[in-house]
Amino acid sequence: MREEIMAVSAEALVGEVAKLKVLGYRLVTLSCTELDASNLDILYHFDKDLGLKHLRLTAPKAAAVPSISPVYFAALLVENEIQDFFGLRFEGLVVDYRGTLYLEEEALKTPYCRFSLRSADQREGPAAALDAETNHPNAEKF
Amino acid sequence: MRKTVIPFGPQHPVLPEPIHLKLTVEDERIIEAIPNLGYVHRGLERLADIRDFHQMIQVVERVCGICSVIHALCYCQGIEEIMGVEVPPRARYLRVMWSELHRIQSHLLWLGLFADSFGFESLFMQFWRVREKIMDISEATTGNRVIVSVNVIGGVRRNPDPEQIRWVLAQIDWVEAELQRLEDTMLEDYTVKKRTVGKGVLTRQQAYELGAVGPVLRGSGVAQDARQTGYAAYGELHFEPVVETDGDCYARNKVRFRETLASIDLIRRAIHRLPDGEVRTKIKGIKPPQGETVNRVEQPRGELLYYLKGSGQKTLDRVRIRTPTFANIPPLLVMLPGHFLSDVPVVTLSIDPCISCTER
Amino acid sequence: MQGIKRFINQLRAKSPWLLHFDCGSCNGCDIEILACLTPVYDVERFGIIHVGNPFHADLLLTSGTVNHRNKKVLANLYSQMPSPKIVVAIGACGLSGGIFREAYNVVGGIDKVIPVDVYVPGCPPKPEAIIDGVVLGLGKLQAPQERNGERKEA
Ligand code: SF4
Repeated sequence: MREEIMAVSAEALVGEVAKLKVLGYRLVTLSCTELDASNLDILYHFDKDLGLKHLRLTAPKAAAVPSISPVYFAALLVENEIQDFFGLRFEGLVVDYRGTLYLEEEALKTPYCRFSLRSADQREGPAAALDAETNHPNAEKF
Repeated sequence: MRKTVIPFGPQHPVLPEPIHLKLTVEDERIIEAIPNLGYVHRGLERLADIRDFHQMIQVVERVCGICSVIHALCYCQGIEEIMGVEVPPRARYLRVMWSELHRIQSHLLWLGLFADSFGFESLFMQFWRVREKIMDISEATTGNRVIVSVNVIGGVRRNPDPEQIRWVLAQIDWVEAELQRLEDTMLEDYTVKKRTVGKGVLTRQQAYELGAVGPVLRGSGVAQDARQTGYAAYGELHFEPVVETDGDCYARNKVRFRETLASIDLIRRAIHRLPDGEVRTKIKGIKPPQGETVNRVEQPRGELLYYLKGSGQKTLDRVRIRTPTFANIPPLLVMLPGHFLSDVPVVTLSIDPCISCTER
Repeated sequence: MQGIKRFINQLRAKSPWLLHFDCGSCNGCDIEILACLTPVYDVERFGIIHVGNPFHADLLLTSGTVNHRNKKVLANLYSQMPSPKIVVAIGACGLSGGIFREAYNVVGGIDKVIPVDVYVPGCPPKPEAIIDGVVLGLGKLQAPQERNGERKEA
């Protein structure tokens, strides 16, 4: 990546974000990626005068992450989205949809996690089919 | 006074797409708005697991049919950056041309729908009549009207010949003349002003802090446009963002109208400086993308961000798309309270909501 | 009675009212449906009027894939329409799920939830194709009733 990335810990996160807000940064968004079975990688993107700055947080799936939506109201949708997609909990969200922003009951939980806590055979329908396909070592047949 | 909760959507005549707003009203005034999303959610970021990084171009184009060129452009630029591919100059200028054509078509679409939202149906018809000309240009130069699929990794797929380019110039002249005829009605008409001036005000401070993008941000007086970063060929075309300062629906309307004219100008400049040569770099033999990148471009609705991560495989690890409407929904929630119920369609449309973008 | 029924059916096909619902479409199909209503294609010359109320509609135009949340809305709209009713599915997505068919939140085409009478392929189909599909649907709106009528008369 061209821009600088600063690593932060979960405890220092809200403080760092508040500092950036004072400096006049605008929250662009959060990007979440799954690293392995128990860790997620969250990037916080900020922008000032068309320059980007990123904060990187490595969060264990089981622990809750403090929400930055009290600082930046704009973070509310994206944090809810990550709750839907990855099953991570954000603490202190301004409006909490509890994992139902996009998904209904029958859609699989945490669809963006390849390593699910539940085993694949407990799922059924298209979800299981998708999983079987993605775990296939050579997914080139498409 | 007792509070009432009124559902707005998901099926509503002024909205072409399903969005559901839960409006808490007191008498006729709105005091709170909560969005309810998920009617268009497909989960296509996850398709990156089973489609390879070339096939993903077709998928990201279908994040949103209205700005498909620009989605593909952002994605291709990201992959090109990771792979270190140089794009030929002619392709960069052609990318500008098609992006701006798409911007005009999207803004005209919006101007029409906006006119419809306050009940000015003949103006809606007029804008869409002009828009068809742009669709014709798309069809003639790329082969399809809506999803044109011209961007590929390393350049563009089509190379219009000089005669076609001349024809395009003549067509956009016509479009400009038609728009100038409509300018007076859209920007000066008494009824239009009555419904839009002072509605949905967002101050400069609010817009910036709530993360608004695109015409919503520029309508509130912040001169920020991702095209200023000079991607594709914008750096060589002396691009200037369009800014208004009032922050109400009328200001956003004006920004979009002036941007449409500015886009016509940009196309002309791009065509006049169009270099000769190749339009596509061969990328055979280069290793699949390895690394991560963040790429931003300007869509008709605002700044679009792609976060791409690859690990040298044919499929990417992560494609994350932050679309402009996603960023503009929090400002909408702040704009709505205090307005009458009858203003909801106008204020909602003033952010140019694109729900299929938002939910992907 | 039969005469009146036949008369009404004839009129119905002369001025069908149309309801458009966007299930998870990418907008490509929606704007082409809207484009049909505008001066260049102008379906109003066939007496077709775009309404927002399912209780008024004869034709349901749907675009896009069905997902777990909007399938209830779709079934609801369909059940609110008075019969006879015709459903036209527009675009590759509405037919089968199209490019999104493998995505996790996608159920499939429109016909997974409600019966479909006319399928219009394309991604997105051109306005001409959509108008063609609607006209085909109008034929179906007329035909079964006429047959019923004849049988009863005989
Ligand atoms: S068929 Fe194509 S254009 Fe239509 S909604 Fe689906 S992806 Fe979009």
